[in-house]
Amino acid sequence: MKARTIKRHFREGVKNILRNGWMTVASVGAVTVTLLLVGAFLGLILNLNHMAEKIEEDVVVKVLIDLAADEDKVLELGQEIEKLPGVSNVVFSSKEEELTSLIESMGEGGEVWSLYEQENPLNHAYIIKADDPHETQAIAVAVEKLDGVDSVTYGQEVAQNLFKFTDYARTIGIILIAGLVLTAIFLISNTIKLTIMARSREIGIMKLVGATNGFIRGPFFIEGFLLGVLGSIIPIVAVLGGYKFIESSISGMSSIGFVEILPFNPFAWQLSLIILLIGAGIGMWGSLMSVRKFLKV
Amino acid sequence: MILMKDVYKTYDNGVTALNGINVEIGQGEFVYIVGPSGAGKSSFIKLLYRELKPTRGTLYINNKDVSQIKEKDVPLLRRDMGVIFQDFRLLPKLSIYENVAFALEVIEETPRNIRKRVMEVLDLVGLKNKARFFPSELSGGEQQRVSIARAIVNRPKIVIADEPTGNLDPETSWDIMRVFEEINNSGTTILMATHSKEIVNTIKKRVIAIEDGMIVRDEHRGDYGYES
Repeated sequence: MKARTIKRHFREGVKNILRNGWMTVASVGAVTVTLLLVGAFLGLILNLNHMAEKIEEDVVVKVLIDLAADEDKVLELGQEIEKLPGVSNVVFSSKEEELTSLIESMGEGGEVWSLYEQENPLNHAYIIKADDPHETQAIAVAVEKLDGVDSVTYGQEVAQNLFKFTDYARTIGIILIAGLVLTAIFLISNTIKLTIMARSREIGIMKLVGATNGFIRGPFFIEGFLLGVLGSIIPIVAVLGGYKFIESSISGMSSIGFVEILPFNPFAWQLSLIILLIGAGIGMWGSLMSVRKFLKV
Repeated sequence: MILMKDVYKTYDNGVTALNGINVEIGQGEFVYIVGPSGAGKSSFIKLLYRELKPTRGTLYINNKDVSQIKEKDVPLLRRDMGVIFQDFRLLPKLSIYENVAFALEVIEETPRNIRKRVMEVLDLVGLKNKARFFPSELSGGEQQRVSIARAIVNRPKIVIADEPTGNLDPETSWDIMRVFEEINNSGTTILMATHSKEIVNTIKKRVIAIEDGMIVRDEHRGDYGYES
């Protein structure tokens, strides 16, 4: 196909879009709504994934040392833990340090606990970090068997719950997105069908003059493509603007400072590109579906 | 040029339109297809530009077996022939110039050649000064001349016309026939289905009469042969 033929298809496709008026608006609207939701879901799911991975990386094993253990025993335990396979580092945290961090983590209500500064009921602790987050559980089990250990806690459950939640969110998101995409394709193919029905006589004439199916399909293909691209403009603006806003408001809030979302650049741009591609894809697929039937005549 | 051997056409509803047609038409001939309505003239014409496929028999055009042609090659077949209809079949939203140019755009001719060739054929049919008009702004005779221009613009070997003068008054019809004769004189084969006794009896050419799906008469410089 030559360049000027493609140019001709473009010209005709644009003409169709202008001629279809409200049907064009309706199908562009459908694509817009679809892509807005696709964008929101994708943004949410990818960020949840990112957070779950981050939290999993931070998972540590906390070993509470038996209150009866003396100083030698504590040191010995530390060395034993370090020798375990898969342990990357071990940090000692005295019971005073434990109390301070507890008070801090409680915020306002923590004041009450400062009463215990005289008679500290807490244990000394070791905080162990694993080489691979997935080995955390194995390390926890091994440490529990050592002498002088009171109890072992580790945060893997938090991460696993988060992963489970992300899985649900992903499944629901995909189902919703698939449904919306199909609706948008249906609406676009209907819009184009309208153009084609109005022009079925013309298409017949074109075929008599020797136009190939590809030649006739060209403008409709372009029309679908443009409908999809037009429909992705608002969602892309919303993603870029919305993400910027969310990013700046989250970094402004100290209380949820531990939440770390994917950085605007490049994430928001990548998301925009995905939205644009889905939009164009929906449009082209919709147009091909509707033209196919008419060309069989 | 055109060769039909034992061609039968039965429609899906059981109606037999063509009942064993054998005919040969050479390059440069001018042939009238005559016969009463419903005798099979239109089916005969439609086979030629592959709107219909024969149920049985073989049909050669330019040494190509049209009954074996693949669906995707049909457009290529039609580029070697010009087709003209009673109802003109022009594209209403395109100007006269664009209508004629369309047949060349389809074969991806260069814009330069398109401009040159379109003006050439519009001149031939006497509509050079109406190139910018739209079909609805022209008279029936003028529209038919546009459709003739479109049919011959890519220099086809065959021109097929299905009652080209059917919608025109007698005087305009003679104009159209003059254009056809001119095209025929330059070596193009013309097949024309018609109901016009005056035309057939005045401009003497080969006449093929079809009745009940069969060729009942085939004579050079023949008469119309029916009381119109």
